[in-house]
Amino acid sequence: MLGHIVQQVFNALTIGSIYALIALGYTMVYGVLRMINFAHGEMFMLGAYAAFLCLTLLIGDIGGAGAMAMTAAFFAAVLIVGFVGIGIERMAYKPLRASTRLAPMLSSLGVSLALVAGIQILAGPQPQAFPSFFPNERFEILGGSVTTIQIGILVAAFVLMGGLQLLVTRSRIGIVVRAVSESRPTAQLLGINVNRSISLVFFVGPLLGAAGGILYASYYGVMTPTMGAIVGLKAFTAAILGGIGSIPGAMLGSFILAGVEVGGTALLPVLTGGMLGTEYRDVLAFLILILVLLFRPAGLLGEAVTEESMVYKREF
Amino acid sequence: METTLTPPKTAGTGSRGARRLGAFVILAAITALVTITPFLPNYYVRVANSLLIYVLLGIGLNIVIGYAGLLDLGFVAFYAVGAYTYGLLASPQLGLHLPILAILPIAAVLGAIVGILLGLPVLRLRGDYLAIVTLGFGEIIRILMNNLDDLTGGPRGIFGIDKAEIFGIAVARPIEIFWLLVVTVVIVGILVWRMEKSILGKAWAAIREDQDAAKGVGINTTNAKLAAFATSATIGSVAGVIFAASQRFVSPDSFSLQESVLIVLMIVIGGVGNILGIFVGAAILILLPEVLRGFAEWRILFLGLLMVTLIIIRPAGLVPRAFGPEKLLKALFGK
Repeated sequence: MLGHIVQQVFNALTIGSIYALIALGYTMVYGVLRMINFAHGEMFMLGAYAAFLCLTLLIGDIGGAGAMAMTAAFFAAVLIVGFVGIGIERMAYKPLRASTRLAPMLSSLGVSLALVAGIQILAGPQPQAFPSFFPNERFEILGGSVTTIQIGILVAAFVLMGGLQLLVTRSRIGIVVRAVSESRPTAQLLGINVNRSISLVFFVGPLLGAAGGILYASYYGVMTPTMGAIVGLKAFTAAILGGIGSIPGAMLGSFILAGVEVGGTALLPVLTGGMLGTEYRDVLAFLILILVLLFRPAGLLGEAVTEESMVYKREF
Repeated sequence: METTLTPPKTAGTGSRGARRLGAFVILAAITALVTITPFLPNYYVRVANSLLIYVLLGIGLNIVIGYAGLLDLGFVAFYAVGAYTYGLLASPQLGLHLPILAILPIAAVLGAIVGILLGLPVLRLRGDYLAIVTLGFGEIIRILMNNLDDLTGGPRGIFGIDKAEIFGIAVARPIEIFWLLVVTVVIVGILVWRMEKSILGKAWAAIREDQDAAKGVGINTTNAKLAAFATSATIGSVAGVIFAASQRFVSPDSFSLQESVLIVLMIVIGGVGNILGIFVGAAILILLPEVLRGFAEWRILFLGLLMVTLIIIRPAGLVPRAFGPEKLLKALFGK
């Protein structure tokens, strides 16, 4: 029993940390632009494909890739996706900055469509086997079976999240980004280069999302052009649950959501006597989201927003 | 905020000549659709039907997005309610075989009830959160349809739905469905257009422009928003009934989040808050993929890029909000 619980906790932590890496991108973009970036799930997908491409270019034969090549491919891929993120912001969102709230979100939907179709054309629509970026060995903790891939994902995700936290709270760049997030006009008045901060957010967000994609594909051993849609939606839900715009909130929301999912899969059939199967875990996840929003409309750690109408209101 | 004082750039622009030209193009397209379609092979009639169903859905969702200014990303749930109502009440699934004229009011009322049930708790939320909760609601409905196997047939859906019959006339072949859709779109379109011009429509506009100010002048914003939700849900549900009657098969696949998103895009590309714009948006998003069918994945890539381009060029849509049906009539027949 204890072993089972330990194992489920590790499953939840693994999924939760991947969600968190993606949710951070949603939340940071929302923080500075008040925009839901629907193309962010595709950054996650691009991460996996970019890593695969880098690995192929580096050593040709995927099967025998060593630790060095893996590490190089990982960093090359996340950097590439980071720059793709900046490019997309420049081309598809920046021209719409003075427009309605709805416009950039819909533009991001178009970007998302185009990216999925683009990858389908380039790499084919079928799922592709993905090499694990971590050694795969099983071992036991307190009777629960845990893999080294899970440990590797946890370590990588926590290092990245810790790095982001340091960047945002301690560095000069982080202070600038937070200032822009707090109030763009004021930051601009104080002589902050707002465009550079926005570019930075669109670099770091996709970079983390891409890392999440590589970890996710390593975990499940497969990547598909459409993998960003489902996981993106989940991570997005997590960001809202924690309070969109809040970085700790995104992490908290991700772990709660992963906990609900893993717990729901394990407990729902038992608790309802087989009436509700594991398929209902997503219903449970969305119900919790709706309930949280009803009682705390800004999410668990978010600040209340006063903005109301999306279509013709301008935020700035 | 001085930005709110200046109207959106696209509203009411263009010379009289340009407006008249635009009006003629729209009128010619609609006339062509109605007069030529009956003589085309079934494939084209089906495409026209799908276009009209999306127009109907667009008119419904536009009430919430375009008039009341609330972003609803779960609209497809109401569409599903209508489709499944017809599927369940006129198929061997439950052994019921009600006529479509009996089911339409049932589905309409059911849609309104679901809309109000969703609206009651949710309308306290503002802006982005409303979008997310409606999105979650749409997903919940889809998952329920997928898993309530005994009632909805699960992922396989409901087969063998009855042919519809109105006053003894069969409405099952694509061309018969086409006429049903034309009549429905015209009736619903006129009703909604008049609704926009009514006192309720003005309340919606007030809420859209400034909710607090609307409250300040004595508008019961909760009731007005509920009315918007219920009306839009009713139209979505009616569209669902016709969809089920034309496919004679419903499954959860038809009600994914992508459908909701597609309808939102249709409205925004065509022109937010304008019934005429919906025709334009639907024509682009439904007809273009059909025209480009031979290009497989390239057409989706193209559609995505086109979407971005159109939104950047005309963020408020191709047809300005001010260019409503009355302007169309005036541009055509007025001085």
